[in-house]
Amino acid sequence: MLETVFFNLFSGLAILSALGVVLARNTMHSVMFLIFCFFNASGLFFLLDAEFLGIILILIYVGAVMVLFMFVVMMLEINVAKAREGFLQYLPLGGMISVILLIEFIAAASSGVFSTGAKATAEHMPQSINNTEEIGQLLYTKYLLGFEIAAIILLVALIGSIVLTLRERKDAKYQDMSAQVKASKADRLRKVRM
Amino acid sequence: MVGLSQYLIVAAALFSLGVIGLFLNRKNVIAILMCIELMLLAVNVNLVAFSHFLNDLSGQIFVFFVLTVAACEVAVGLAILVSFYRTRRSIEIEDINTLQG
Repeated sequence: MLETVFFNLFSGLAILSALGVVLARNTMHSVMFLIFCFFNASGLFFLLDAEFLGIILILIYVGAVMVLFMFVVMMLEINVAKAREGFLQYLPLGGMISVILLIEFIAAASSGVFSTGAKATAEHMPQSINNTEEIGQLLYTKYLLGFEIAAIILLVALIGSIVLTLRERKDAKYQDMSAQVKASKADRLRKVRM
Repeated sequence: MVGLSQYLIVAAALFSLGVIGLFLNRKNVIAILMCIELMLLAVNVNLVAFSHFLNDLSGQIFVFFVLTVAACEVAVGLAILVSFYRTRRSIEIEDINTLQG
């Protein structure tokens, strides 16, 4: 009973804030709506016994990715009026495609094709089972290769984004390492006989 | 009680909103990136729901990988956007047509 109430709350707020992401006039408001949407989605994850992923979603998405978005939105000067130009021009096509997509998805989801086996409703795991531990045991054994590939992907993205945004400034002062190393005491110190 | 199909319907609604956002916010690259995030989130909700109802943790591992790739995609996409803004002083899609010839 309580679970149904929370499911309705989280899913309704997630869909409303997703609507806000699409329709908000100001890009900053879109980012805020998306953050709220992530919070509600992590609530849904908690309802599905995925505590680790719920926390990860808040930590990584809200804490890192959305802050990056906010940073870029504040750094770049976006002409809101120009960006909104022709906003409704593609509404007929886009609306038609997404409504058809939604109807297809809902028909597939409620047709009972996705059999859940014996588990028809969301019965929860006993308290003694630790979701984080279970995920760790699976991730470091069966999916170890995937885990390492994910690490390499993160490394490539790290280096790539640094290389893309790095630039040498002409007006900045740089250290010349070899000149520093070559400097000797005689260059800087002069003994004066009094 | 809440069944699998309810979760799938919520994810479908989120995904469709992401698709319609792609069409509406054609000029704003940041909004397009956010709509892609929304679609990935819908996929993640689906994966976690299936993982719970089928009693198989592999779905949650896949969500982990999807999150990794999405974070990388955002980092590289925003880096491209920043370096593009430096040269053109604009982030409109219509200005990004150099490769078209």
